Amino acid sequence: MDESDAAAVARACAGDTDAFRVLVDRYSRKVFRLAYRMTRNEHDAEDVVQESFLRAYRRLKQFESRSSFGTWIFRIAVNAALDLTRKLGRYEQAEQQMPEPEGGAHSLFQLPAPDPTPDRLLLSGELKHKVESVLASLSPQVRTAFVLRHYEGMSIEEIGSILGLKGSATKNSIYRAVQKLRKELEPLVVAQSGEPPPARGELGSTGSKGRSHERCEESETSQ
Amino acid sequence: MKDVRKVKHPSEEELILYHYAEAGGPPRAVVTEHMEVCEPCRTRYRELQAVLAAAEVVEAPARSEDFEDEVWRRLVPRLEAAPQESLWQRFFAGPGAPRLWAPVGAVVAVGVLVVGAFLAGRFWPGQPQPQGEAQVQPVSAQSRERILLVAVGDHLERSQMVLVELVNAKPQRTVDISAERQRAEDLVPTNRLYRLTAERSGETGVANLLDELERTLIEIAHSPSRLSSPEFEDLRRRVEAQGILFKVRVVDSQVHERERKAIEDLSRKSS
Repeated sequence: MDESDAAAVARACAGDTDAFRVLVDRYSRKVFRLAYRMTRNEHDAEDVVQESFLRAYRRLKQFESRSSFGTWIFRIAVNAALDLTRKLGRYEQAEQQMPEPEGGAHSLFQLPAPDPTPDRLLLSGELKHKVESVLASLSPQVRTAFVLRHYEGMSIEEIGSILGLKGSATKNSIYRAVQKLRKELEPLVVAQSGEPPPARGELGSTGSKGRSHERCEESETSQ
Repeated sequence: MKDVRKVKHPSEEELILYHYAEAGGPPRAVVTEHMEVCEPCRTRYRELQAVLAAAEVVEAPARSEDFEDEVWRRLVPRLEAAPQESLWQRFFAGPGAPRLWAPVGAVVAVGVLVVGAFLAGRFWPGQPQPQGEAQVQPVSAQSRERILLVAVGDHLERSQMVLVELVNAKPQRTVDISAERQRAEDLVPTNRLYRLTAERSGETGVANLLDELERTLIEIAHSPSRLSSPEFEDLRRRVEAQGILFKVRVVDSQVHERERKAIEDLSRKSS
């Protein structure tokens, strides 16, 4: 049976480095994934993995079993990744370089590509580039909240605990990330699903309660 | 068919919560039922799903099967070089000692070292060393800086944890903050020690932050152990209004960066 994290932490605190290795084996891949999504660079992500486990080892005695080791190491990794990106100025640079498409969110439809099918876009990595650009344009807090929720499947409560935010602020960060993604990706994605892109403003900048009601009311009256 | 007009349409935020199966919106069954009968909401949700599914294209590059081994191979020498537990820490964290004493012991031990090193550097920095005579090696300025950085960094981490837990405590009719209160009380004397040391060392930024932090810690330490909901909200609001958590994070990050550089400089010199 696998040793629990708490037991491994207790043994590692007592000086057993093999026990710490159990934790490294268990979490290094997850920490790498998180770090990559935050730094967008393989080497930086590997450095974040190293730095995170080093910090964790040095502070292992401060770890209290009230939270899980996974949440704790993620908190350390988030801080390490933010420290690194701040130091390298990568995101600041990326934010400045974030292209604001002319003509708004629908400009990709207007690209004079010979065959701009969604598959081609996907294959060419354009969609990936677009998603990365959007993520890079978000503030570190918003981006981190979204990465933890969307890619790592962490709950809003856990994310709040990692980022030191209240539930409402965490939710708000996630909404902002999703709104930005919708604004930038919806035209591509709707085309991919074979449906026409929605008329501009029809969905509101995603999130307008009033507008969503209007749409439903319209449809209801037409029934 | 149900009358859609009688059902509240989920907002965008509520659809996002629904997508991630998070609480905070209307009950999940209500939203599901609504979308079964409301085509526009169903379309909105499909579009949201499509966008979020598209975001999955950003995948972390695959790692080799021996990734964990590689991480460990690189990590081991750094772990060996990591600051070892001090004798003071061992003493306070020894069998029978309350768990609380371990960090307090560490802080006191490092504090004594810092103040000692600081005073040693301040009052006896340039005394001539007789040639050929065995001397106790003085603490170098770099070592002093490193000790101070490690100590302040750890202190800021601990303070940060107290503030985070307080800010994130679940509001109830009465909120028990006795644990946070006790930890804040323990942190006050060490905070004062570091503040004075930082002031004397000309570390104005760190000293100012520690001054603000000290006031916040004292406020928490002087609060009753159990607070009514409005009292707790009031305390939380005051802590948040000071923006102390953010400031602590920023300075903590700067301190760790300097700590890392100090370690690099030391290891470069020793090699």
